[in-house]
Amino acid sequence: MSDLMKVSSNPHIRSKSSTSSIMLAVVIALLPAAGFGIFNFGLDALILILVTVLSTVLTEYIFEKILGKKSTIGDYSAVVTGLLLAMNLPSSAPWWIGVIGGVFAILVVKMLFGGIGQNFMNPALGARCFLLIAFTSIMTNFDCDAYTGATPLAQLKSGEALDIYGMVIGRTAGTIGETSMIAIIIGACFLILVGVIDLRIPGSYIVSFVIFIGLFGGYGFNYAFLAAHLAGGGLMLGAFFMATDYVTRPITVKGQYVYGILLGILTGIFRIFGASSEGVSYAIILGNLLVPLIERVTLPTAFGKGGAKA
Amino acid sequence: MNNIKERLLNGLIKENPTFVLMLGMCPTLAVTTSAMNGLGMGLTTMVVLALSNAFISMLRNIIPGKVRIPAFIVIIASFVTIVELLLEGFLPALYDALGIYIPLIVVNCIILGRAESYASKNPVIPSLFDGIGMGLGFSFALTCIGAVRELIGAGTLFGANIMPESYVPCSIFIMAPGAFFVLAALTAIQNKIKIAGERKGKDMSKIQSGCGSDCMNCKDTGCTKRIYDDKGKGEKTNA
Repeated sequence: MSDLMKVSSNPHIRSKSSTSSIMLAVVIALLPAAGFGIFNFGLDALILILVTVLSTVLTEYIFEKILGKKSTIGDYSAVVTGLLLAMNLPSSAPWWIGVIGGVFAILVVKMLFGGIGQNFMNPALGARCFLLIAFTSIMTNFDCDAYTGATPLAQLKSGEALDIYGMVIGRTAGTIGETSMIAIIIGACFLILVGVIDLRIPGSYIVSFVIFIGLFGGYGFNYAFLAAHLAGGGLMLGAFFMATDYVTRPITVKGQYVYGILLGILTGIFRIFGASSEGVSYAIILGNLLVPLIERVTLPTAFGKGGAKA
Repeated sequence: MNNIKERLLNGLIKENPTFVLMLGMCPTLAVTTSAMNGLGMGLTTMVVLALSNAFISMLRNIIPGKVRIPAFIVIIASFVTIVELLLEGFLPALYDALGIYIPLIVVNCIILGRAESYASKNPVIPSLFDGIGMGLGFSFALTCIGAVRELIGAGTLFGANIMPESYVPCSIFIMAPGAFFVLAALTAIQNKIKIAGERKGKDMSKIQSGCGSDCMNCKDTGCTKRIYDDKGKGEKTNA
């Protein structure tokens, strides 16, 4: 009897990828952006990244130790959370900001809801928004040795001229990991090539965002204006690394497009009509909250049921 | 005497309106930005609760069953108005801090809940002390929540600066999200203490909640059984 005739229960198609291999790929993909952040902002950025990653991993380890559960730090998901959170912090933030953010991300957003796979919101972004509200002045202070003054988006909002080339390379003020569009896209290409993410969410996110900005931004489809909005702020980091988080994105294909478009519109609304100049993180956590509803309305019909009505 | 002590303990610990019954969440979350505000709100509610409980108990045989809720509300609203005017006259700072939440005491479900489930069926003295006990429990809970939020969110306690100079206040705790974090954490801590006590085989019936946490059968076995039974009775008498 050939192998094809063997009767076994599902799953029939297995993949070699595991949580840890996927998370490790994300860590590798984040390295260019992290490396550029350290190059751009100096030693402060390196220390902050290390402290944040250490605090997320330690929090997960200690929490599971106390509760007598199997430790899940080996799957690198806490490392990804810590790294993403650090990417979202300004390099001038003191080290304890990273510790508080790391503990909040893992303890409150992830572990209290049941650990990996159960969190309803991206832990890194949840923690970033927590820190942003709790320590507003620290989190919006982008002054450091290399740069003083406003972030490109804040300058854009107040109508100042921008250096688009510098923004694409990443030689601007901002959070540690968001400034360099090129470094983020290199990481994103790696993730797409190894098949960890696909372009559905980032693509629909960025396209809908560009259309929204073009329609309501006040400058029409002006090339320099659109480029500044794309390269400035956390849009690229958010679209490729945080909106695509496996746990908090919709699992249906149609739902992923809906989710991406929703994020694009929300980000556009926050940036154009909001009081602050950036809105990617709030857009994504709001989108996370709507994921169950999106999945419900985009549930595909099971094979053999329903279909075209005569 | 025993009855009075039992009523006070019941309100303060066993059926603590905030941590166990989860009633009156609106003022609990909204005004506890500082320990002082929490205490003020708790005591104000306690005065209204004790007086309205006593008054409703006095009138329990006169108020017809069908219009009891409007009648209770009128009594409660009268006491709230008195308390509001007194606060405005004598404690204007607290009055300003609590704002709209003073008139809203009228619709605080702890007060209507105690009127409906206790005062309307029991004599005056136990009802009065039931109100005081519940009010003390509410004040205790609100002061705890307010103290934690004030300490983390502003670095002070009852207005006194007690954190070191270098402490950076985590201002989210005196905003709305902080109320949810602190309420959840304190509720979890008191549940943990109860469960740990039960494991050691202590008699926790004195401080255990009235709820067996069996929500599926609450109607038949839990404390809502009383409400369902009363409903049945009420319908019969009304018919």
